[in-house]
Amino acid sequence: MSDAKAVTDDTFQTDVLDSSDTIMVDFWAEWCGPCRAVSPILDQIAAEHADKIKIVKLNVDDNPAMAMKYQITSIPAMKVFRGGQVVKTVIGAKPKPALEADLAEFLA
Amino acid sequence: MSELREVIIVGSGPAGYTAAIYAARANLRPLVIASSVEAGGELMKTTEVENYPGFPEGIQGPELMIKMQEQAERFGAEIVLDDVVSLDLAGDVKSVTLGNGDVHEALTVIFATGSAYRKLGIADEDRLSGYGVSWCATCDGFFFRQKTIAVVGGGDSAMEEATFLTKFADKVYLIHRGSSLRASKVMQERAQADPKIEFIFNHTVEHIYGDELVTGIGIVDTTSGAETTLDVSGLFIAIGADPRTHLVHGQLDLTTFGTIAVDGRSSRTNLPGVFAAGDVIDPTYRQAVTAAGSGTVAALDAEHYLAALPRELKDRVEVPAERADVSVGA
Repeated sequence: MSDAKAVTDDTFQTDVLDSSDTIMVDFWAEWCGPCRAVSPILDQIAAEHADKIKIVKLNVDDNPAMAMKYQITSIPAMKVFRGGQVVKTVIGAKPKPALEADLAEFLA
Repeated sequence: MSELREVIIVGSGPAGYTAAIYAARANLRPLVIASSVEAGGELMKTTEVENYPGFPEGIQGPELMIKMQEQAERFGAEIVLDDVVSLDLAGDVKSVTLGNGDVHEALTVIFATGSAYRKLGIADEDRLSGYGVSWCATCDGFFFRQKTIAVVGGGDSAMEEATFLTKFADKVYLIHRGSSLRASKVMQERAQADPKIEFIFNHTVEHIYGDELVTGIGIVDTTSGAETTLDVSGLFIAIGADPRTHLVHGQLDLTTFGTIAVDGRSSRTNLPGVFAAGDVIDPTYRQAVTAAGSGTVAALDAEHYLAALPRELKDRVEVPAERADVSVGA
């Protein structure tokens, strides 16, 4: 199971868009094998960089409005938000070093 | 540096896990480097597997792989969820370096890394990957509800993807460059009977259109050269796979097919103590069950090789104290 907090269509505004933190939203679903594979890696990155980035999860099955708003067509899709704006998108399950490289500007 | 082992298995599809089951039951305590995000291999991205013997009602691909993993672990295989970044296979002692920096050493290595999805190799394919271009219907089909999409390919995986995608999409074009399909009869008939699937033969996909998301593709008639635009919001690519050999280039001999060369019906590569199994040696059949059989061959070959090694080498393998308690068989 993932350690990441779940956000929903209803809480997205408060938890993500209005937040003053750098927040990465992991768009995922139960039926997505690569999502399950990448989840523990995201937990590790979140734990190791807790002061830099927060990682939350949005289940696309249960929260179609946000999945549609952000034009998700492939999961896992990880979008980094700052000040209510998407500043980075990473798509697909990747090994930890590759994800850290993709997210380097937010982890340093 | 960890202790010297007898067997390291690289890969965790049917070949890797079956090799692990056999090696573990031979008390070789294999270490399986299963990958960080692709553990379980290709079958983790499939749905119903209907041709694996022993499951008359079919079994979900991910469930089958989890069962194989559990079976290997039951007999003492150790599984590491990390990726191999480099291998040194030449000497008596082989070393395997992982993404986290750990280095593992063993007297034998079984290489079962399978294959990687083939790309079309056309402009905008990478740019729109994840934005309408996909290699995984089970992952991404959900996002194409009531859309029109295209699948390119003519084999079983193209048929399976097209059929699966009709659960979501209103219409699925199945584009194939040839005039007949490679897919098995049962998969072809299922796709052809589906009213949502329209077959387009003798066409190749040459263009993918779209700024942020895919909006269409350009397909070219292989006989007349005429190009047609199809308005689709997704393109699923299922044109086969290439053996994943980049880690061993320069160390292991390859065949003209790009697979790792093995000696006859065995799993023996050009390097003593290095064995290869599954799709990475198979240009022809590439089924879950042939990969599993190939994994068995590799484990038995490794076992025979180890048995014939000089005692001074074998004595360097550290046997953990608890190993005497491992009960195998029954």
